[in-house]
Amino acid sequence: MFPKGTKRKFSDSGDEPAAGGEDVNQPSSVAVRMLSSYSLQRQSLLDMSLIKLQLCHMLVEPNLCRSVLIANTVRQIQEEMTQDGTWQIMTQALSAANAAAQCSADRLVATEVLCRQTEATQGEQVLKPFPAVGSEGCPAEEEVVVEEEGEGGVTMSTVSPQAPTSYLPGTFGMDPCWEEENGEDEEEDEDSEECGSGSEEGDSDRLVEDSRTAEQVFGTFEIKNPAPSPDPALEELFSDVDASYYDLDTVLTGMQSAPKMGPYDLLESLSSHGPSPLSSSTSCRSDLNELDHIMEIIVGS
Amino acid sequence: MAGVAGGNDFQWCFSQVKGAIDEDVAEADIISTVEFNHSGELLATGDKGGRVVIFQHEQECKNRPNLRGEYNVYSTFQSHEPEFDYLKSLEIEEKINKIRWLPQQNSAHFLLSTNDKTIKLWKIGERDKRAEGYNLKDEDGRLRDPFRITSLRVPVLMPMDLMVEASPRRVFANAHTYHINSISVNSDHQTYLSADDLRINLWHLEITDRSFNIKPANMEELTEVITAAECHPNQCNVFVYSSSKGTIRLCDMRTAALCDSHTKFFEEPEDPSSRSFFSEIISSISDVKFSHSGRYMMTRDYLSVKVWDLNMENRPVETYQVHEYLRSKLCSLYENDCIFDKFECCWNGSDSAIMTGSYNNFFRMFDRNTRKDITLEASRESSKPRATLKPRKVSTGGKRKKDEISVDSLDFNKKILHTAWHPKENVIAVAATNNLYIFQDKIN
Repeated sequence: MFPKGTKRKFSDSGDEPAAGGEDVNQPSSVAVRMLSSYSLQRQSLLDMSLIKLQLCHMLVEPNLCRSVLIANTVRQIQEEMTQDGTWQIMTQALSAANAAAQCSADRLVATEVLCRQTEATQGEQVLKPFPAVGSEGCPAEEEVVVEEEGEGGVTMSTVSPQAPTSYLPGTFGMDPCWEEENGEDEEEDEDSEECGSGSEEGDSDRLVEDSRTAEQVFGTFEIKNPAPSPDPALEELFSDVDASYYDLDTVLTGMQSAPKMGPYDLLESLSSHGPSPLSSSTSCRSDLNELDHIMEIIVGS
Repeated sequence: MAGVAGGNDFQWCFSQVKGAIDEDVAEADIISTVEFNHSGELLATGDKGGRVVIFQHEQECKNRPNLRGEYNVYSTFQSHEPEFDYLKSLEIEEKINKIRWLPQQNSAHFLLSTNDKTIKLWKIGERDKRAEGYNLKDEDGRLRDPFRITSLRVPVLMPMDLMVEASPRRVFANAHTYHINSISVNSDHQTYLSADDLRINLWHLEITDRSFNIKPANMEELTEVITAAECHPNQCNVFVYSSSKGTIRLCDMRTAALCDSHTKFFEEPEDPSSRSFFSEIISSISDVKFSHSGRYMMTRDYLSVKVWDLNMENRPVETYQVHEYLRSKLCSLYENDCIFDKFECCWNGSDSAIMTGSYNNFFRMFDRNTRKDITLEASRESSKPRATLKPRKVSTGGKRKKDEISVDSLDFNKKILHTAWHPKENVIAVAATNNLYIFQDKIN
């Protein structure tokens, strides 16, 4: 069954100190407060939608209608955020952050990775959380269940993006570092919350491992641009190209056209985890549950 | 037919309930479709376990003509089995998505049942006679020694206990890449259509290995899917299909074989004041049904039911709010996926009333003439024989009156998605998870 999202408590956000140090937590006007509330809700809705898109039934094909509706909702939010400028700021911040962190921003990384901060960009543990995912397991172990085109089936092309920049769910994991860098916009400030799933460990090797896992899971996603290198000159070269994120449409169509991972593949990918992520992650229990489920199917009990 | 709303003239009362009583509901027992046949004599249900159960209306008692007969089990069979698609490494659920009856042409009954991928034509026949006195075999079926046969006799038909047999006559498979959401028998009684998210197939009942493809050709943007489809009840060349964006397209098969060139396009302009991020999702149509007359059609979206005149494309002629109090809860309903629940709707035999389900085992009926509506509940508590159903009310304001239930107390796991109305009488069948409730009007 689908794991259900958990409600985020808006009331907690006011207690967290802002990442940038500047105290913008107490907006003075009601209008600003309402605007923040709206952005918060919008943000929350976006995160929820992304989780829903990423988490798919392992064994049964996902409901296409539901996926399309959620994807349209995400696109709608994306458009609105583009219009009020929020989008641009975040994607710029992300590309800077990614360049510094040497993480592969061109992959649709597992949500657990999105929660994690990169060492270079920030000290404080103030993250855009995905608590539902964190407590219920790393989505890397969820299969991306996709559909192939059948005989005479419809060709599903990608939607031409409306937004100037493509979209990476990971963007939202990087909110605080954007705040730190640009130190502005009390709108997004309220988003800071503890990440439920983040572990405090050193990131780089886990990033690599999870990227690898993510690759196994999402391996056939198109890579729109090469991985950003730390070389600023190279960055310059690609600066006018769309940020190397997955277009949401690729997510959707990638889900449709990539070959599926059968339960056996999933087993392999799980077993290829090093011992450390399994033992240290809070998702360990979920890993084992998934494993049990798969074993049951194989054994036929 | 009488009106449906509560009042002095008309009341609904409990008739029967089928299904297990325990709290633990087996997933396989959850009813996934309910359908009366054309005479109303038979009532078919399909469940998640791939089984079909057919109930038959008993002949009314001659002694007590005022009492309607009951529905009793007539036949049970396993229609679909779970399959595993080895190519895609995916399970194909055996859940019966839809059952549609064919009009009866001889003594046997035929129905179409479908799961996500395969449609089957079943023949349900009765056998109440048996041949006895075969020459070549014994009474118990063993072959007789040919040298022992010295005389010839004609087998005689002897009566036996009624046996109802269901046998699959046709299997229509491998024509849908996505999940089948609708099947609809054409008025020509020879063809039927099946629809999945992106494609509508027209089948001939006699030809199982070919379908006439009428998929939309222009699919550059996957932002809209087909949610339901139905054949016109009288015009065999006309069908409609609804979309996830709240639009309905009427297609005439005489003009084009591709359903992207629709003949009519029905869409209500959006109310800008009520726009939210959920506007599109709640506008997605979950069911579309023609009226028996063929002049109107009804669509169900998440919060309302709309009646459309086929001659007017720009807005519905009637709109009924099913559970408007949920509008402020859309975020929570999105979170727990309830916003994607697909409710069905149905007409009564005279097209004067419509019915649809809601949460907390509530279902709603709207009288199109008097504009009255009523909310009733399918529950074990009100399941005494011929007990009148009490109208229910959900309180939306601050003060909750006695007997009202507040929105936050509603049980969203108890959803009534499938309902059916007898084609001729005031008898309704309501599927509440794993139980089937049958209600009828109070005969005064």
